[in-house]
Parts: sequence; structure tokens; C-alpha cells
Amino acid sequence: MNKLSTSSRIIIAIISLSLILTYFTPIWRIDLFAPQYPEGLTMKIWLNDIKGQVDIINGLNHYIGMRKINVAMFPEFSFLTYIVGFYIILGLAVSVIGNRKVLFWYLVFTAFGGAFAMFDFYRWGYEYGHDLDPTAPIKVPGLSYQPPMFGHKRLLNFDAYSFPDIGGWIVIGAATIAFLVWLHGWYRSHKMKLK
Amino acid sequence: MKSLFKTFLLVALTASTFTWLQSCKPKGAQSAVSGDAASKVYVAPGKYDEFYNFVSGGFSGQMSVYGIPSGRLFRVIPVFSVDPEKGYGYSEETKAMLNTSHGFVPWDDLHHIALSETDGIQDGRWVFGNGNNTPRIARIDLKTFRTAEIIEIPNSAGNHSSPFITENSEYVVAGTRFSIPMDNSNGDVPINTYKQNFHGTVSFIGVDKTSGNMNIAFQILLPGVNFDLARAGKGKSHGWMFFSCYNSERANTLLEVNSTQKDKDFILCVNWKKAEEYAKAGKGKLQSVKYAHNIYDEQKQMASSAIENQVMMLDPKDCPDMVYFMPCPKSPHGCDTDPTGEYIVGSGKLAAVIPVFSFTKIQAAIAAKNYEGDYEGIPVLKYDAVLHGEVKKPGLGPLHTEFDDNGFAYTSFFVSSEVVKWNVKSLEVVDRVPTYYSVGHLSVPGGPTRKPWGKYLIAYNKITKDRYLPTGPELAQSAQLYDISGDKMKLILDFPTIGEPHYAEAIPASLIMKNSQKIYKIEENKNPYAALGDKFARVERKGNEIHVYMTAIRSHFTPDNIEGVKMGDMVYFHVTNLEQDWDVPHGFAVKGANNAELLIMPGETQTLAWKPEKPGVYPIYCTDFCSALHQEMQGYIRVSAAGSNVPISFSTGKTAPAVTTTTDKK
Repeated sequence: MNKLSTSSRIIIAIISLSLILTYFTPIWRIDLFAPQYPEGLTMKIWLNDIKGQVDIINGLNHYIGMRKINVAMFPEFSFLTYIVGFYIILGLAVSVIGNRKVLFWYLVFTAFGGAFAMFDFYRWGYEYGHDLDPTAPIKVPGLSYQPPMFGHKRLLNFDAYSFPDIGGWIVIGAATIAFLVWLHGWYRSHKMKLK
Repeated sequence: MKSLFKTFLLVALTASTFTWLQSCKPKGAQSAVSGDAASKVYVAPGKYDEFYNFVSGGFSGQMSVYGIPSGRLFRVIPVFSVDPEKGYGYSEETKAMLNTSHGFVPWDDLHHIALSETDGIQDGRWVFGNGNNTPRIARIDLKTFRTAEIIEIPNSAGNHSSPFITENSEYVVAGTRFSIPMDNSNGDVPINTYKQNFHGTVSFIGVDKTSGNMNIAFQILLPGVNFDLARAGKGKSHGWMFFSCYNSERANTLLEVNSTQKDKDFILCVNWKKAEEYAKAGKGKLQSVKYAHNIYDEQKQMASSAIENQVMMLDPKDCPDMVYFMPCPKSPHGCDTDPTGEYIVGSGKLAAVIPVFSFTKIQAAIAAKNYEGDYEGIPVLKYDAVLHGEVKKPGLGPLHTEFDDNGFAYTSFFVSSEVVKWNVKSLEVVDRVPTYYSVGHLSVPGGPTRKPWGKYLIAYNKITKDRYLPTGPELAQSAQLYDISGDKMKLILDFPTIGEPHYAEAIPASLIMKNSQKIYKIEENKNPYAALGDKFARVERKGNEIHVYMTAIRSHFTPDNIEGVKMGDMVYFHVTNLEQDWDVPHGFAVKGANNAELLIMPGETQTLAWKPEKPGVYPIYCTDFCSALHQEMQGYIRVSAAGSNVPISFSTGKTAPAVTTTTDKK
């Protein structure tokens, strides 16, 4: 009854392994556009690094007293790769066990993980945008510069856009497919019950 | 009553005659512009031009870069003249670029442009320009649009027929407009011994395939005529170079009369492949000469100048079958080869026809030794034997010819102030348009290559007069843009230019813009005086020299408070721009400097030398509006008396406790 079909188990295995790609692709990207930056500035967040035009962004942000973005700022970088590795192994285990209930708890666990990651990202953004140097040349009373967690936000002369990058889409895609697999299994067993 | 009528009639007739006579005067130029001209040259804000146009600056010594079809000016590249705006020739790093065997020469006269080619097609790597006055050739790197190299030409004066390039950029050339006694001889001779003591030379300057670095491969010793312009063979005539020359009378005074007596002067045909063999075989003589060779090292961001001592001279006496003269009517100026390489167009300034020579016939005449004699030992080919034909009644004062991609030639006429379009094969004139006024050179995109891009023709005029709002006696030179995509040439734009343009070349923007560099990478900065970060900023004393290793980043200098300089010191500000962002230069200036400013690109280090004139406090500031706090980007340097004991100190952002001293005397 709770058994997953072979094809479902293969799919779970493939999407788990697809997470390996997140080691080689950026997870998230923040794009900034301003009148004098029509070509845009990009910051890319990887599992263990931050890349893109970070130096230029830092150079601009010092006017409003924001801290310099650097790798040391993110303790997450030291363990994120292990967490993803853990999820890969967990997914493979689910595939081997082949039980729909186990898949359900895997999905719940994944949802928690995702929610925590977004919370962590929000927390960083809040601190980065609010913890300003009191001697900054430009001070706008009441204004903070927290980057958007998802989507668009206007920050002074910059339009900031925050969206998943390739790695992020892989994670979202993998989670969605896993959910659909579970839904499919649930629907099938539900139908069988009705019969 | 009758007499009154007569008077009336007389007045009316007179008036109408005057009106009629008035209407006989030429109409204004406005009537020459067709209705849709504006849309053809309109490049909307934020859009790019289709072509880059590299335009010689003539007596400005520089090269300017325009967009075509808009005629917008993008940049003036300093080449042979100092440019205080950019610190070129003023910064310690760039001074050596203008070194010559005569010492520092801060000006020259840049006449002609040659874009590098591969297989006879523009490749967008380098552009070359000649220095006419103190003979030099410069190479500009089109990644940075900066002068990368300048080589002086020995045994030369008036380097006019230069820097015309061969179809794989094997060589750029340099021919002497002035003949002179050779550098290794005693030059202190009576001028009227011209015929015995004066010689002309043509030089072949090799261009390295990868680095672009130039070296004088060989020179050819020639009779004392005036070499004027040149063009390389291409396609079938690749391996040959054609130089026009005048003053075959070899006059040394009042040339306007004395050099214009003969019916024909010459085009010199040089078989440079042969010359190359002779040079390799050691047929030349090594002459002792002195010439400067200046290279800007992009890594060190510094020019170095070396004086070279030798040149290989080939004498046609020892090197048969290398050079031939071809008669060309009346003081030829332009000497242009068509895209197929078969036809060579000579433009006798005072000739009534345009002779077109055939490369095939030249080869046949040489093989058959079809000579009409020799000139100073060099064979002169028979005019009729090498002539493809003459363009009859083309206009007055032909100067230069460019080619399009459809087998047509465009020749400029200085005296009749017009451009004439004619068919290269049939020699028929098919169209003519006026220029405003007295056109010199012409430019068709890709016009001198095997692959003209066509579409536009630009005329660079010598006389401007009423074309623009007047600016006193000194006027900008004017250029005109014509649409040549149809059968008839159409004037579509006038635009003013920098200096006095002579030759220019245009090239599709796509061949250049993709390679254009945005910044200098700071990690590649090998300038020995660079401070690659605020923590390396410092001030050091070395005897009477003060070296300030300064950094600039929005919006401060480090250090910006400097003390301990004493009278008699020479202060060197080595300013490194730490920015790594596109289009964020910083400038640097110090009050009272007998020098210029520095303009420092991101990742670059430049040095300004300053000798303080009296004790005091001198402000320094950033001259390029770099940021919202640009006006705050400033500092002070204190200069004390020679014997003072003020120690060297420097800081940024730290204010020492104020000491209550005052200069007021109570």
C-alpha cells in the first residue's frame, strides 16, 4: 500500500543526485541596476562562496555605511555543502526504502530545511541592511537597506532584484518533483482504497 | 509723359537685369542636401554607430575617433603631442614615449592612418599613424585606444608617405618627403649641392604578428626626389609597394616652380619580397645611425625609450630587380591600389587626367625590360606599356582615391572641390558631387583594403569658411559624409574635426568594440611604484627625493595629509587608482605644479613629479568627478624650509591633536 513504484524510486534517486550540481552552480543571485549602472551589478551566492562584482558593490555601499560583504561574513559557508550532501544521501535512502510515508517525512524535512534557509537569508539581509556605520557619509533618517529576500525592491538609486540562480532552481525543481511523486503515490493509493 | 514711361522702363529693365544677374550667383549648399538625410545620420540616444572612424589630427599630432554615420567625436588619442588633459607626456610614465634622437619632442604632425590587416581585411587590432616632422611611426593598441609604441625613422625627413600597411600587416612603410644628406655622412654641406649629397629613402618597418612591436627591417637608398604617398599591393600584387614621388627635377628651392617643370614624375614600384631576400642574404650595408624606439609596457604601465644604433640599407645598385620607376603625369600625390590589386591609380596634382596603371602590364614590362631609360640608375618603365588607361576630364587637382565594394573609385579634387565617382575598369566618370571646400583625403570604410565595406564616403576638407557658426579667424576643419549606397552620391552630414585631418580609415564597430578594455586589472599592475592597497600607501625619503605612494578610491586619497617635505626636494606622487569598476577614473593635481594633471584609469598607477617653489601648505585634489563625494576627495601637503626638522609624516582620517601654533604675529 505505501510502497512507491519503481519509476517513482528511480525519479527520487535522480533528483537526489541532481543536487550534486548545486556544488558547481550558484544558488542565488542579486542584481542591482541604477541610472549609472545600466549594465547592472551582480552578486552570486554559492554553497560555500560569494562571487560576482562584490568589490564594486562594497565600494558603493560604504557611502551608506554598510559592512563589506565577504566570505567570513557567512558562517553558513562552512557547513552548507555538508547539509546538501546529507540531503542527497537522505534522498537516496528514501529511494532505496521506497516507502511513501518515508518520502512524506523527507518532504516535511526538506520544507523545514528550505524555510530555515530562507529565514537565515532574511536574517542576514536584515542585519546587513540595518547594521550601519554611524559615521557613514550618507545618512537617510529612518532608511535601511535590507535587500529583498525574493523579487524586487528599490534601495535609494538602485533597483535590487533577488532570485534563485541555477543551483537554487535545481533545489526547487527537485523538491517540487519529489512532492509530485509523493502526490502521485498518494493519489494512486487513495484511488485503490476507494475501489 | 513718354519720357516718364521711358525712364520707368529703363529702371524696370535695370532692376530686372540686376535680379537676373543675382540669380546667376551660385546657390547655397543647403540645396545639395536631400530630404531624408537626417534619418540616415540619426543615431538615436544610447544607440551605437555602425563604424569607427580613425581620423588623423594633422598638426594637432593626435588621432581622433568618430562614429559614422553620426559624426560624433568619441575620443582624441594622444600620439605625438603632449596632452595635459590626460597627463600624456607629462606623467613620469609617459614622458619616454616622446623621446627621439633629438631629445624630448612634444609635438608632431600626424598625417596618415593605417589599420592593421589580415589577408587584406581590417582586423581591428592596431592603428598606425605617422609623425611627419620628426620622422616617426606610432602604433595604437585598439584594446585600450592608447599609443603603445613609437619608432623613429633614421635617414629621413618629412615622413609623409607613411605608415601605409601591407595586407598581412607584415610592414608599415616610411618614405622621405624631404631628401637629405644621410645620417652617417657629414650633413654640413651647401644646400645647393642637393644633387650630389641629398638622398631619399623608403623604410620597411616590420610588425610582429602577435605583439605588434615594430622594427626597421631595411631601408632602400634612393635618388633625392620627394616621396609623397604610398599604397601596398594586394591580392595579385601582394609583395609590392607603390610610392608616388614629385620633384624629379631635384630642386632645392622654390619648388612650386622648380619642381613642376617636367611633364611626368614617378611612381616607385618596390618588390619588397625581393628586398626582403636581399636583406636576408646580407646584400645591405649596416649603417650607423641613431633613432629612438619607445614602448609602453602595459604591465609596468610605463614607457621605456631605447636608442638604436644600426639600420640595414639596401642600395638598388647592389640589388637588381628590386625597384622600378613608373612615369606618372605632373607631380603625383595619391597612389592608390584598387581592391583587386590589379589597378594602381596615380593622381597628378596638376594633371588633366587620372592615369590608371595595370599590375599585370607592369609585370610584363619588367619581364620584357620595356624601359624608356633610367633615372639615377633605376629603370624607368614605359608609360604606355604599363598604363591601363586614363580617366579623361575628371576634374581639377586630383589628390586621393578610395574604392567601394562595387568596382567604383572615388577621387578627390582639391581645386574643383568635388568628389568624382568613376568605374575602375571602364574609366568612365559616373557621378560627381561638390565638397565644402577643397577636399583632401577621402575615406570609405575598408576603402584601402581587399574588402571595402562601402556604404559611406567621408571627405576631409581643407577649407571651412561658412560651414559653421564663425569662431574668429581660426576655424575647425570640416568633414562631409556622403551616402554612396546608391548610384548617386548624396551629401548627408557635415561635421567639424580636430586639428587638420589628412587620411582616415573607417572600420565596422563590431571588429573593435568587443575587444575594448574596461579597466586595468589591479592584480596585473606591475608598476614598480604602485601601492596595491591602502595598507601599502606611504611616504619615503630618498635623499632629495620624496616618493609618495598614494592610493585613490572613492572618495579619498591615502595618505591625504603629508608633512616633512623640504625645499629642494623633488616630490613624486605615485598615484594608484584602486577602483576596479568601469569608467571610474581619478584625477590628481597639486597647486602650482609646473606640469599637468594625472588622469588615472581603474587599476593604473601614474606618477606626477613636483618641485615645490616655496614653503607652505599645498592642496591636492581629484580632478575627475568620480562620485557623490568627489568634492571631498582632497588633501594637503606641507612644504617646510630647507633646514627644517619637520619629520616625514602621513595619514588619512587621523587628526593629530591640534597644537596651538599660529602664524599670526601679535
